Amino acid sequence: MDILVTVKEVAEVADDFEIAGTAIDEAYLEYDLNEWDDYAVEEAVQLQEAGIADEVVTATIGPERADETIRMALAKGADRAVRVWDDALAEQDLIDVETKAEIFAAVAEEFEPDLILTGVQAGDDSLGATGVALARQLDYQWAAVVNNLSLEGEDGTARVHRELEGGVEEVTDVEMPAVFTIQTGINEPRYASLRGIRQAQSKEIDPRSLADLGLDAEAAESELQVAEMYEPEAEGEAEFIEGDPDEQAGELAGVLQDSGVVGE
Amino acid sequence: MSDVLAIAEHRRGELRDVSFELITAGAAVAEAAGGELHVAIIGGDVEGFAEDLNREGVDVVHAAANGEEFNHDVYVQTVEALVDEVGPEYLLLPNSVNGLDYAPALAIDRNMPLVTDVVELEVDGEDLVAMREMYGSKVETAIEVAEGPYAITIRSAEWPPAEGMGDAEVRAFDFETDEDAIGTTVTGFEEAAGGDVDISEADFLVSVGRGIGEEDNLELIEALAEATGATISASRPIVDNGWLAKNRQVGQSGKTVTPDVYLAVGISGAVQHVAGMKGADTIIAINTDPNAPIFDIADYGIIGDLFEVVPELTEQLS
Repeated sequence: MDILVTVKEVAEVADDFEIAGTAIDEAYLEYDLNEWDDYAVEEAVQLQEAGIADEVVTATIGPERADETIRMALAKGADRAVRVWDDALAEQDLIDVETKAEIFAAVAEEFEPDLILTGVQAGDDSLGATGVALARQLDYQWAAVVNNLSLEGEDGTARVHRELEGGVEEVTDVEMPAVFTIQTGINEPRYASLRGIRQAQSKEIDPRSLADLGLDAEAAESELQVAEMYEPEAEGEAEFIEGDPDEQAGELAGVLQDSGVVGE
Repeated sequence: MSDVLAIAEHRRGELRDVSFELITAGAAVAEAAGGELHVAIIGGDVEGFAEDLNREGVDVVHAAANGEEFNHDVYVQTVEALVDEVGPEYLLLPNSVNGLDYAPALAIDRNMPLVTDVVELEVDGEDLVAMREMYGSKVETAIEVAEGPYAITIRSAEWPPAEGMGDAEVRAFDFETDEDAIGTTVTGFEEAAGGDVDISEADFLVSVGRGIGEEDNLELIEALAEATGATISASRPIVDNGWLAKNRQVGQSGKTVTPDVYLAVGISGAVQHVAGMKGADTIIAINTDPNAPIFDIADYGIIGDLFEVVPELTEQLS
């Protein structure tokens, strides 16, 4: 069984930042592997270590800068990577779900993985829709927000737990091939070992354009345009307790005593 | 005419709150767009649900008796048939775990632009601007969405629930599901495990988040809880790391709590967390980041280092 894991490099924003036009000023951004995708990579690597999966391939939509993040996924155990970028994609300020689904579907069609894992969402745009859209594009089955995955079901089905709201999990059998969107907490993502980091240097990151995937520039055109970006207005009316830590603690102790939850 | 079709959500015999929030959002869109508001309920006790969904502002309720619990294949098929019947310009769906399990598939099938987790909508006839957050609530964006019909998922608790009896027409929607196209089977539900602590019963919760840094540092929180008789709860990352059991988790995917006092220690206050604790009587937050969203809902705030403030507090209350 071969696995495709979609991996995104996401920007994390400093506590204090500035907005330039309709984006956050580049000076305040740091790039990292998307938190949810880290769990998806780990899940795939564990399936490989358990002898269930053969090849683990990652796919990323992103500029050359993303290679550093992709190397982290390779260092954790993925075998090879595909990175898709194009001038037509660079022009979009928010790549839409359909575009991502078409691109990842084109990558998947080249080696027809039996299982595709994505993160539930990305920490930056949080659209939370790529995995299910990709499944539909490929005519695969799917399950969103999976926090437990077992491929040892009968009749070649997978058994997943979907994490619903309110501490309830839905147990579902899913026909394969399938796409699962992976929730944080499903496993414990490893740190890349020094050996893994060294090995990753010689693993392949295959750069592809839209044309390489048989897609035209029109596929990149986004249906979503960022017209404005602004900081949400602070709605709070919090009373801030000032002073040294011992003064702050003293005043806080008073608040807790006044509220009656601790004795005087 | 630019009609609106909103799809209600239910689970284990009950309509979920977002169903009524969808009606509020949908009624406003219908008015701005000059169209009708259609609401649909799929599966379960559709007659009872339809009666309950007949609120002010709803023109038609469609009751589709397909299945009991949510199944994404049934929902995709049925909603597509409803879209063919109603021809909406605006398809409103919940941004719930189940909503995100079928909305993207619909959008792909019908080539509709999809915008998710929307917190506000500006509609002018057939033009749509959707407000949504990015970078974990650090910024809000106004998104211009290309030509409709649109598929939109709305964040829960952003619109008030619709109230007041409506005078909608309730129609049975007869649609035969293609059973061969169903590739998933729900076999049951499970509750989060973790022993007999019920954080939703506690009067005083000391809740710990990512700011605690390492598992060993939880000792600081345990000492405070012991000194004060508080119950310990946590935000998601602490539970994901396996440092505390799942039944200690406060938030959308965990428990909803309403203690007298909620002391949030090193919790930034992501929207999913706030959803589970905003009903507390008094909210106190300790965080190093003055811009942390937790301070927006706190009654008392301490901008400071939990590693200094918490031990000091424990000592003073011991």
